[in-house]
Amino acid sequence: MEITESQFGDAVLLMPVGRVDQSTAPAFQSAMLEVVGKRGAVVVVDFSNIPYISSVGLRALMIAAKQGKVAKVPLAVVGLTSEVNEVFEISRFNFVVDIFDTVEAALTALSSDAASAYAAR
Amino acid sequence: MLVRFWGTRGSLPTPLNAVAVREKIRRALKASVGQDLSTAERIEQFMDEKLEFAVAGAFGGNTSCVEIDGGGKQHILCDMGSGGREFGNAVMAQKYPHKDNVFNIFQSHPHWDHIMGFPFFVPAYIPGNKVIIYGCHDYLEEAYRRQHAEPGFPVPWAALAADIEFVALEPGKEYVVDGVTVRALKQYHSGDSYGYRFEKGGKSVVYSTDCEHKFESINPDYPFVDFLRGADLVIFDAMYSLADSISIKEDWGHSSNIIGVELAQMAGSKHLCMYHHEPNYDDAMISRILAETIRYEELSEEGESLHVSSAYDGREIVL
Repeated sequence: MEITESQFGDAVLLMPVGRVDQSTAPAFQSAMLEVVGKRGAVVVVDFSNIPYISSVGLRALMIAAKQGKVAKVPLAVVGLTSEVNEVFEISRFNFVVDIFDTVEAALTALSSDAASAYAAR
Repeated sequence: MLVRFWGTRGSLPTPLNAVAVREKIRRALKASVGQDLSTAERIEQFMDEKLEFAVAGAFGGNTSCVEIDGGGKQHILCDMGSGGREFGNAVMAQKYPHKDNVFNIFQSHPHWDHIMGFPFFVPAYIPGNKVIIYGCHDYLEEAYRRQHAEPGFPVPWAALAADIEFVALEPGKEYVVDGVTVRALKQYHSGDSYGYRFEKGGKSVVYSTDCEHKFESINPDYPFVDFLRGADLVIFDAMYSLADSISIKEDWGHSSNIIGVELAQMAGSKHLCMYHHEPNYDDAMISRILAETIRYEELSEEGESLHVSSAYDGREIVL
């Protein structure tokens, strides 16, 4: 799975591309755990290019979010497509993961330093 | 085969109260405004076509009990939750000239909600009846007998006049009971539980309740996938949401609608029937979960389409 990574201030922005399912979830999880608590004070995962996520992908997200909680690193997701948003609601993941419409909205809520860096990109 | 649901609620009986009934009536009356209800037929038609199930019906409040009717002379049941009382009453209320009043009960596990119907199962008190309780737990008989003792219940085991026998099953081994082939599979649940696959005449139904599926296990080689392979009907514990089942309710021994869809799709099953409903959910919430699960099946579908439904007390499914 292709996952690009960008740094804005103290935030790391991950942008995975493609379906998150049985075959791609391990890479998705590794990419998040690599940055949570290691290289970012805030982690934002941009779902704009994810057309579908299965249960195993959601579990990977929860593992990363839990690790972030322990490390006091907030993890947020942004840019859910309509179908992926439905999966979040059906699975009730909308209650356990912070969801924002855009990267700007997430960074504004979580880190003014990162929000400024993102605005100046 | 015919499958009849006598009890579909998880954990403990969940009766409707007056407030819930009144709300159904209020919604039905509101929906009836402007409708032609001048005849009994039109009223039936209105209820069938204009009212959603959560208004016109109820998922029900009895705990686990499902009848597998293979057309034989004997009775086959899965679990003896509080739904077993109603099954027993139905047997007592009707004449079954073609039946020998042999009751074969396949026990998923002996947790209270799965055996609590037995003290109120009237046929067990009738001489001449035979009750055979099958299971894979070596303490199954002890669990059943313990219910019939003070201070919890005043009627002793000795008062049960039917011939009662316990039969230990070996998981994975095939047995034939009254013409129906059955095999058990061990499941992840506190104290273990066992699912059962019943087959007859080219039709198959899997009864799988009180089972949590760990993510580490879920792949095409997972034995449970083979257990569901091509099943015409999968009765599946979908008690929790996915988020709950892998966070605050992890290791509580139950599964979710999402995992049910994914496993049934992986196994090429035809019909997923959600079961063991969360007792904290009302009928509107169970209906909402059903609609969402049907949608998830559409979103995740890659091959053959899977029919998704919810069990309710009194439901019959013909295979």
